[in-house]
Amino acid sequence: MGVYLRPRRLEEALSALARPHVVLAGGTDFYPARVGRAVEEDVLDIGGIDVLRGITGGPAGWRLGATTTWSELLEADLPPLFDGLKQAAREVGGRQIQNAGTLAGNICNASPAADGVPGLLALDADVEIAGPANRRLPLRQFITGVRRTALAPGELVAAIHVPRPRHDAESAFLKLGARRYLVISIAMAAATLEFAEGRVAAARVAVGACSPVAERLPALEAALVGAARDRLADCVDVQQLAPLSPIDDVRGSADYRRDAVVTLLRRLLASFVR
Amino acid sequence: MKVEFTLNGRSVAWDGPPITRLAAALRADLGHTGTKVGCDAGDCGACTVLLDSRQVCACLVAMGQVAGRTVETVEGLGDGNGTLAAVQASFLAHGAAQCGICTPGMLMAARELLAKAARPTRGEVEDALGGVLCRCTGYGKIVAAVMDATASLPAAPPAGAAVGARLARVDGVAKLSGREKFGADDVPADALWIRVVRSPYARARFALGDLEPLRRRLAAVLTAADVPSNGFGIYPDIKDQPVLADGQVRYRGEAVVALVGERDDVLAIRDEDVPITWSPEPPVVGLEAAMAADAPLVQADKPRNLLLEGGVRRGNVGEVFDTCAAVAEGVFETAFVEHAYIEPEAGWAERVGDRIEVHVSTQTPYMDRDEVAIVMRLRPEAVRIVPTACGGGFGGKLDLSVQPLVALAAWKLLRPVALVYTRPESMAASTKRHPARVAARFGCDAEGNLLACEVTANFDTGAYASWGPTVANRVPVHAMGPYRVANVRTWGDAWFTNAPPSGAFRGFGVPQAAIAHEAMMDELADKLGIDRLEFRLRNALRVGDTTATGQTLSHSAGLAQCLEALRPHWRKAQDEIAAFNAAGGPKRRGVGVGCMWYGIGNTSMSNPSCMRVGLSPAGTLTLYSGAVDIGQGSNTIMTQIAADALGLPTAQFALVSGDTDLTADAGKTSASRQTFVSGQAAERAGRDLRQQILRLANAGPEAALSLDGARLTVRDGGEVRVIDLATAAPLTGEGTFDPPTTPLDADGQGIPYATYAFAAQIATVEVDIELGTVKVLRMVAAHDVGKAINPTLVEGQIEGGIAQGLGLALMEEYLPGRTENLHDYLIPTIGDVPEIECILIEEREPLGPSGAKGVGEPGLVPTAPAILGAVHHATGIRATRVPLLPHRLREAIVLAGKGP
Repeated sequence: MGVYLRPRRLEEALSALARPHVVLAGGTDFYPARVGRAVEEDVLDIGGIDVLRGITGGPAGWRLGATTTWSELLEADLPPLFDGLKQAAREVGGRQIQNAGTLAGNICNASPAADGVPGLLALDADVEIAGPANRRLPLRQFITGVRRTALAPGELVAAIHVPRPRHDAESAFLKLGARRYLVISIAMAAATLEFAEGRVAAARVAVGACSPVAERLPALEAALVGAARDRLADCVDVQQLAPLSPIDDVRGSADYRRDAVVTLLRRLLASFVR
Repeated sequence: MKVEFTLNGRSVAWDGPPITRLAAALRADLGHTGTKVGCDAGDCGACTVLLDSRQVCACLVAMGQVAGRTVETVEGLGDGNGTLAAVQASFLAHGAAQCGICTPGMLMAARELLAKAARPTRGEVEDALGGVLCRCTGYGKIVAAVMDATASLPAAPPAGAAVGARLARVDGVAKLSGREKFGADDVPADALWIRVVRSPYARARFALGDLEPLRRRLAAVLTAADVPSNGFGIYPDIKDQPVLADGQVRYRGEAVVALVGERDDVLAIRDEDVPITWSPEPPVVGLEAAMAADAPLVQADKPRNLLLEGGVRRGNVGEVFDTCAAVAEGVFETAFVEHAYIEPEAGWAERVGDRIEVHVSTQTPYMDRDEVAIVMRLRPEAVRIVPTACGGGFGGKLDLSVQPLVALAAWKLLRPVALVYTRPESMAASTKRHPARVAARFGCDAEGNLLACEVTANFDTGAYASWGPTVANRVPVHAMGPYRVANVRTWGDAWFTNAPPSGAFRGFGVPQAAIAHEAMMDELADKLGIDRLEFRLRNALRVGDTTATGQTLSHSAGLAQCLEALRPHWRKAQDEIAAFNAAGGPKRRGVGVGCMWYGIGNTSMSNPSCMRVGLSPAGTLTLYSGAVDIGQGSNTIMTQIAADALGLPTAQFALVSGDTDLTADAGKTSASRQTFVSGQAAERAGRDLRQQILRLANAGPEAALSLDGARLTVRDGGEVRVIDLATAAPLTGEGTFDPPTTPLDADGQGIPYATYAFAAQIATVEVDIELGTVKVLRMVAAHDVGKAINPTLVEGQIEGGIAQGLGLALMEEYLPGRTENLHDYLIPTIGDVPEIECILIEEREPLGPSGAKGVGEPGLVPTAPAILGAVHHATGIRATRVPLLPHRLREAIVLAGKGP
C-alpha cells in the first residue's frame, strides 16, 4: 500500500510530485485500471485543491480548472461557443461519470476516444501546466500519443484555457457509438465556427477515435472559411481526411470509420444552419 | 486514515486506507451491502450512490475524498423501518425490480433526478438512469416507475384470487430496501478469500514451480493435486472440466491456481508472482478450425473435436424440394454472447462438522450439491447448498463457478472461505451462448404452404461440454420453426474449440436457429408476394397439427392467435412506415415479424419437481420451494399458485427457498420450466394440504379456509369448524410433477416436451443508412403463455427477453481477451430498448397450473428475427451475421450499391 495525499494547496501537490505519484482526481480512469488488485502506488489526490476547480472568464478567454467536472461544465453559464463541448459532456459515460470525471483527467488519460478532446481542439484550447516551471502548451502538443502526454515528472495540469474568438462563435459535437449511453466512440467530430456577416470567418474542426490522437482537419477548415451558413456541409471532401489514420477494432473497421466520418462531418456542419 | 462523513443522515467515522473504494468501505466495513458491486470500473452503475446529492459510482470514489461530505445509499431511502419511500413503492408496484441487483443503483440515480423534477419525462428518466445497466427488465417498467413515482401498491388479492393478479413480488421489499442478500453480501467477517489465477492463453501446457514461498504467505495455495475428483460437468457421464487445470489449459480464463488467504493478501499477489511456466500452443479457434481434418484435439479423448450430433427426420425432404414453387436458403452466423448478469459469481462455504455448507448465487441448488459432492468425494447428503439471492442468471449460473473452490478450501482450512469473481474474471471464466452457423433451406407451394425444410446447425461448444448436448439436442426439434412442415430434416452438432465453454443461455440455441428459419419465412413470403405475417399465419402450428417429431399438439398452440393479435399493429406500422420513407432522407424505417416456439422443460428427459406447503403448530404457513428465484419471479408465482390451491391469501405465506436441507428438489431454474413444472407441483402441494385440512374438518370441497394464528377456521356452507393447529399441526402438503415426455428415436421421433410456448413479435426500426446504425423504435410482443399467473411478472420476462434479443441482434459479441468488461462488451442501456407492448394470449395448457406454461426464454427468441426482418424491410439487407454492428450493416449497404 502506497501513500495517499490529498493536499488543499497546489504548492503542496507540486512539492509532493518531487517523488512519482499517480495523480487521482475523479477516479473514473484510476479505479477501472485496478480491478481486482490492491492499489500499491503512491497516490496524489488533487480533488481538494480549490484553485484547480471551476470556470472563470476574462477578456482573453476562459479558464477551465483542471478538476472541473463534466457536470459543472454543463451547469456553467457559458456562451454558444461552448455548446459543442457541452454536447460532448453529455456523452461522457453516464451521469455518474459526468459528476465525477474531470476535464483534465480526460486529456491526461489520452485515450484516442476521449470524448472531450475533439471539442477542446476545436476550441483551440491550451493546457496550463504547473510544475517546477509553469508552462502552457496547445492541447494537440500536450497529447503526444495513445495514453501519452507531454507532462514531465513533477508536473500537473492546472487548467485548460479557451481563447475568446474574434467573431461570434458557435460550436457543435457529434458522437457515433453502437448504443445510446455508456459507449466508447466509434468516431466523433467537433467544430467551432466563427461567423462574420453571415459567412464563416474562422473554422476549427476536429475528429476523434480515428487516429492515435484526435486531429484537426486543416484542409476542411480552410474550405469552410468564407462559406455561407447553409452551404457548410458541401465543403466536406474525403481528401480533407488525410490527417486521420483509423484502425480496425471491436467497435468498427477502419474503412467504416473513414466512411462514417464524412457523414458525421456533413451532419455536424449542417447543424449550424439557422 | 480516519474519515468522518455523513451517511444517510448520520455522522459516521471510518478508519482505513484512504484509497479504499467507497463501495468497498460501505459494504465491507459499514455494513451497507445495499450498494452493489457489478464491475468496479464505472461501467454498470450498480454501486450508484449520492455524494453531496449527486449520483456517482461508489466504486470510483476514494474514501479520502469522502471526508466531510454527505453520502446517501439505498438504505437511506424510506424510513429505515421497512416503510418504503415513494420511489421504492413505485418500483414495487410497477414490477421494476426483477433480480434486484441493479435496483439500488437505479433508485439512487432516480433520486437525484426526482429531487429536481417530481414528474420527469421519459427522456429525462433515460438521461438520469442511463449510467445504470439492467439485464433483467428491459427497462420499461423502471422508466414507468420513475415517471410515476407516486404510484401506490395495489391491494393484495383475497384468498382464491391470487392466480391472475398483478401481485407485487413477495420478495420485493427486501430487494428495494437493499436488505436482500446476494452472493457477496453476507460473507462472514472471519472468512478467508480466494483469488484464482487463470490462464492467459487459450491453449497451453504449463508447469507449476515451487509454491512453498507463496504457501508460507497464505493460508493455502490450491492446485489440481488438491481436488479429490478433478472433473465436473452438468451431465452425469461427462465430467470433463477440471476445477483447477492439470498441466494444460483449454481456454483463456481457465482456473489454474487458487490463492487462499486474507483478502488483502491474496489481492496483493500478482499473477506474475505465481511460478507458472507456460508453453503456449496454437489454439483451435472457431468452427472451421475445429472441423478441419488435421485439427489438433481440444480434448484428447474426443475424436474429431465432436461433442455430439443428432437430428430429426420426417417425410421425404430430397424429393419434395424439387416440387416446391419457391425455395429459400441461407447461412447465418452468430457470436459468443455473454450473460452479463450484473451480479458476478459469488459465494462462500464453511465446514460444519462432517458436512460442507455452500452459500452461493445459483440457478440449481440440487445439481450444485451433487456436483460439489462428486468433486469432493463426499456423499450428496454431506453437502448443503444454501442459495443466496441471485443477481441474474439467464443460464450462466447453471454451471459450477465458485462452489467447488470455496468448498474445498473451507473443508481443508476449517474456516469460512469466500470467492467473488471480478467482472473480467466472470466474463473470461464463465460459459457463453454457443456461436452457431445455421444453414437453412425451406420450400413451399405456390399458395405459400410450407412443404420441406432442411436445417443444419453447427455449434462452437468451447473447451468443455457444459450444456452443449442440451443445445445440440434442442435445436433440431425447434429448427423448422413453429410451423407445419411435412418433410423435415434437421441436424445439430457441437464442436470443441479453445474458447470459453458454451453453456446454457436463455433459449439453449433456439434463438440462433430462429434467426435462420425466420429469414426463410420472410424470403419465401417475398418471393410469392404474400404478406410476411400472413405467410406465417398460414403455416402456424395449431391444435391438432403434428410436429416434425411426430407429436400431435392436443392443446395450447396459440401462435395463430398471437399473429392475429399482432395483425392490426402490423398493418398500422406498414402504413406509417410507408409514409415516413416516402419523405426520403438517410433514415429509413422498416417493420419485421418473428415467430417462435419453445418446448418447456428438459428435452425428452425426466425433470421432476417437488414442492411442499406446511402449517406449523403456531399457525405459520410456509411454502418450501426448491425453485430458485433468479429474478424471474418464481417465489411470487409459486406462492400465488399454492395460495389458491390451498385457499388462503398469499399474504399469509412465509417462504423457504432453495436450501437443499429444507426444501425438496424442484430441479433447475432453466428451460422456462419453473412455472409449468414446479408450479404444477406447488398447485398439487397446496391441494394436498387442503385435502388434509378438509378431511380433518370433515368438510366438502367448496369449504372456505381462514387462518388466524393457530386457529384454522373451515366454513362449509353453514358449518363452521375450527382446527387448533397447536394440536393438529404440523401438517404438510406435498406435490410432485414430472412433465410427460418420451425419448426421441434415431430419427428424432417422439414426444420431447409436454407442452410448448408460442409467440410472435413485431419490431419497428429506423436505420441510418449512411451510418449503418439501427434504432429499434417499438416492439409489440404477443405471447401464448397458457395462463398469466401474474401478468406483471410475465410482461417483465417478455420485456427482459426482448432487451437481450435486441443485444443479440445489434451489439453483443464476446471476444476472449478483447471484450472482457462491460465497456467493450455492450449490452443494451435504458436508451436502447424501445417501448414494448405486451399482448398476453391465454391458450390453456391442461397440464400446467391453472393452464400456465413457461415464459422465461420465449421473450428473447423472436426478437432478433423481428429486428433483422425490419432492417431488411428498411434497407433490403438481410443480415447473415450477428451482431449487426453499424460497420457490418453499412458495409453491406455500400456493397449492395444502395448507399449514397
